[in-house]
Amino acid sequence: MVPALPPVPAAVHDISETTTVTNIIEVEHLTKRFGDFIAVDDVSVSVAEGEIFAFLGPNGAGKSTTIKMLTTILRPSQGSVRVNGFDPVTKPHDVRRSFGIVFQDPSLDEDLTARENMDFHGILYGLPGPLRRARIADLLKFVDLYDRRDSLVREFSGGMKRRLEIARGLMHRPKVLFLDEPTLGLDPQTRNHMWSYLQNLNKTDNTTVFFTTHYMEEAERIAGRIAIIDHGKIVALGTAATLKEQTGTATLEEAFLALTGHEIREEEVGDVDRIRTYRRAWGRRNDR
Amino acid sequence: MNAIYVMWLRQVKRFFRSPARIVGSLGQPILFFVAFGYGLGHVFQQAGAGNYMAFLAPGIMAMSTIFAAVFSGMDLIWDRQFGFLKETLVAPVGRANIMFGRILGGATTALLQGMLVLAIAIVLGFRPHDWLLLPAAIFAALLVAVLFAAFGMLIGTLMRDMQGFPLVMNFVVMPIFFLSGALFPLGSASAGLRAVAIVDPLTYGMDALRLLLTGASQFSLALDFGVTIALSLLFLWLSARAFGRMQI
Repeated sequence: MVPALPPVPAAVHDISETTTVTNIIEVEHLTKRFGDFIAVDDVSVSVAEGEIFAFLGPNGAGKSTTIKMLTTILRPSQGSVRVNGFDPVTKPHDVRRSFGIVFQDPSLDEDLTARENMDFHGILYGLPGPLRRARIADLLKFVDLYDRRDSLVREFSGGMKRRLEIARGLMHRPKVLFLDEPTLGLDPQTRNHMWSYLQNLNKTDNTTVFFTTHYMEEAERIAGRIAIIDHGKIVALGTAATLKEQTGTATLEEAFLALTGHEIREEEVGDVDRIRTYRRAWGRRNDR
Repeated sequence: MNAIYVMWLRQVKRFFRSPARIVGSLGQPILFFVAFGYGLGHVFQQAGAGNYMAFLAPGIMAMSTIFAAVFSGMDLIWDRQFGFLKETLVAPVGRANIMFGRILGGATTALLQGMLVLAIAIVLGFRPHDWLLLPAAIFAALLVAVLFAAFGMLIGTLMRDMQGFPLVMNFVVMPIFFLSGALFPLGSASAGLRAVAIVDPLTYGMDALRLLLTGASQFSLALDFGVTIALSLLFLWLSARAFGRMQI
């Protein structure tokens, strides 16, 4: 005879805390307008904690604009966003504590050394000295820049800068990593190296990875789920297998082309430039 | 606090790494000393206004300080173009702290340039009327540096590229400098010029600096410090607000 288990008083409390963050990223009806131009159009998507999620789309489809809204540097026109349970508009500070990001374009201080760039990042993210130094050494070795740690970044090649940028983004071990075309311009060796590190981090720390890329085989190999965005709208969402099945194609690249067409797109214009162009043309300020 | 420190440290490190920029920034003040100090000195003295070099030294020191301070604030525009700005915009620290750190760093380097100019003036024969007041004079210069670094930062958050830089220098910073009484005694200026000087934000900091270095002044030290501190706080607040709202 097994006696009935007594109720656990703390359980109610625990549940309420864990249920709030099952989806680490929740996006509902997210829209961003720059004047008449709709960069992101009613996007809804959620990403579970520990997922590796690929966000694909042609140039100018709205990938970077979406990431900017998720990472507190651009306010949405409409819709709601939650990152780690927090709203980037009302609780930017809590959101910023939850994520790390590797931007699409460079964001290093070229007048500082590799080590100083890392160190300043660590200080901004509140890592204590010994931990900071240990991680800097580990990560710089990992991206093969340890021997160049005291060189000014301005002396680095494009690939070296990219590697440093990735190392810096990984430094504070965030819950969510946003990687906006992280492997652009890197050779296959470095890309493989980088992804195996990220996959490992995903396993050991349960880090959520949200990334964009133009390398389809990368998305197919790495991502659990893939969203394809075009003209600001999500046109497909699922595993690589379901996307291929949906479109009746053999590779993800073919599926991507079937979903987004063969027309060549303009490079994505900076959002602020878009606002400026719009203001210049129309002379009013209704951009949000 | 850490954010303030790290942003301050960054400005200071970058300053010491560009000796060319430091040396280059000394050209203009030296030219002013030579052209005005030696060129106009006799006229000034014959008019019974005293030693012009003594009058000019605090003015040229202020010039170097405010130009360097405004320029440091506008460094933000380069950070926007080279991308480092994004790194600071997503950092989990208050944006006001990031901005205060930048302004303090910019003010520190501007003050260092101002002190370098003062040292050159001393080499050229300038003597402070009371060496014990030198720390107070340097504090006055620091206040001026903070005010103009905050002003530069405000412009930097509002401007997208460096194309507007000459506009700001020629139509805002230069007039503020030339009309502040840095180069001529306000006491003997026309009523119109004096009226303009009274609303010039540099006038009071300039007056404090000259009082502490040479003993001559137009206003009381309390008014000088009061106005300069109030203006500094105003521009710190304005630039913190603008930076806090910044989107990319």
